[in-house]
Amino acid sequence: MSVAAVSLAERQRALGFCVYCWLGMAALIAVVWGSFAYLAIDPSRLFTAESRGYMLDFVRRFFPPDLSADFLQKIGKGALETLAISAVGTLLAAMAGMVLALPASGRFGAAVRVLTRFLLNFLRSVPELVWAALMVLAAGLGPFAGTLALALHTAGVLGRLFAESLENAPPEPAVALAESGAPAGLAFVYGTLPLITPQLVAYSLYRWEMNIRMATVLGFVGAGGLGQMLYYELSLLHEAQASTVIIAMLLLVVLVDAISAWVRRRQIRAGG
Amino acid sequence: MNTSTTLPLRDPDARKRALWAIVALLLLWPLLHIAQFRPAELFDARNLKVMGGFVGQFFPPEVSTEFLQLILKATIETLAMATAGTALAMLLAAPLGLALSYSLSISRIGPGPGRGLGEALRALARFMLLLLRGIPEIVWALLLVRAFGLGPAAGVLAIAVTYGGMLGKVYSEILESGDTRPARALLESGSGRLMAFFYGLLPGAAQELASYTVYRWECAVRASVIMGFVGAGGLGQLMDQSMKMLNGGEVSTILVMFLALVLLADAISAAIRRLLA
Repeated sequence: MSVAAVSLAERQRALGFCVYCWLGMAALIAVVWGSFAYLAIDPSRLFTAESRGYMLDFVRRFFPPDLSADFLQKIGKGALETLAISAVGTLLAAMAGMVLALPASGRFGAAVRVLTRFLLNFLRSVPELVWAALMVLAAGLGPFAGTLALALHTAGVLGRLFAESLENAPPEPAVALAESGAPAGLAFVYGTLPLITPQLVAYSLYRWEMNIRMATVLGFVGAGGLGQMLYYELSLLHEAQASTVIIAMLLLVVLVDAISAWVRRRQIRAGG
Repeated sequence: MNTSTTLPLRDPDARKRALWAIVALLLLWPLLHIAQFRPAELFDARNLKVMGGFVGQFFPPEVSTEFLQLILKATIETLAMATAGTALAMLLAAPLGLALSYSLSISRIGPGPGRGLGEALRALARFMLLLLRGIPEIVWALLLVRAFGLGPAAGVLAIAVTYGGMLGKVYSEILESGDTRPARALLESGSGRLMAFFYGLLPGAAQELASYTVYRWECAVRASVIMGFVGAGGLGQLMDQSMKMLNGGEVSTILVMFLALVLLADAISAAIRRLLA
């Protein structure tokens, strides 16, 4: 836009006093100040010499990390467990999501659609960690509980996304098959599924990436993986070991990030 | 037109599909083993009894005035944690985001003296942000609870640290992706970097910056809800306690409150972002 295109009224408005901006700012500051007051936290207290010394002391206990071969092996096992939890959880979720997406896309009537949508919303709104805490009760401590927790939450997310893909898929191929005599099941498998498979796979991979991150912390409630190791070592005050686990978590997350960024860049370059 | 009746009635892709299925199963087997995938455990008599008794208590939910007051307090605490945490995160992210942003780099226009130092500082800031956001917020909370004791302070700082890292990265990206020519013109005619930011970049990017921050606040509410599982205050802590006592009625009330809170945060954030747009 050239300068000349700015009208006088616009200039005056830009230079004038904006009541709503100031009111908004004031409200924002009040809310933030109120939050600190409600929690009785004084941020300035964090920066006193005493608390600084205390923090330094706390941080120092985490160094050096325990890099003994023995412990690294345990970490490797924990990382593998985390990956397995996320992979199996996502796979189960994709299967359950597909099963739920069919009724949720309105294939079995409007009433069933509303009902399944409600179920999907419920599955999705309960956080993974809460599901994990519940599943530890249902399936006992260990990675299986974490797998189920991820599966339940992700099934809600994927089910909704899959249902949307189903609804947006062009109906013609399946209709053509059905009209030439194919049973409904086969018409779906050969007429609709191939059209949306790339989308379903993309969604599932994206959720898998998120679930790897989530699986690292589910162990805090006893659901296996690196999180359980961290919780355990910290509760024994083994800071050196805990810091190794944290480094492993960080590496895992950064690695997954890098791989997914790389894949996405390649896809863009391939024109996909 | 093909008039013969011997149209092949088999899936032309069958062999490829079967091959992939077998490969997938072979890969899956060890994974199932590592994840200790044992569905039978769900139907183990002892587990069934615990879970059955627990879920059976979900109805009716606990609605005594005393408990509702407790929940209301925890809910406000959760919201306050998210708000305070996001505010601190902004304080942390703004300088880091400004330092990182290439559109405010004077030495890059040159290339003038101090290019090496600038790049080194940027790399350091980038690494710091990676460290802050790479470690999940609940891990920070678990660590900070040990340093600051049980309660919301650890949760607030955990959000501040993780979201500071995320916001810093995204702020710098937003500042680079918009129209950077005004800032560059200011820098080239000798203005300082801060002034170039305020007069050259901020007017164009303010809306996007604010909108993203509000979105992060919404995420922070979700995060604060579960922060309590490691002892960092809010609704999660209440839930953790009720779960440990296997009090199903209380858990179901808290679950309903969870859902309501997340929906509320969703609605508030959507409304603010619509206003900003």
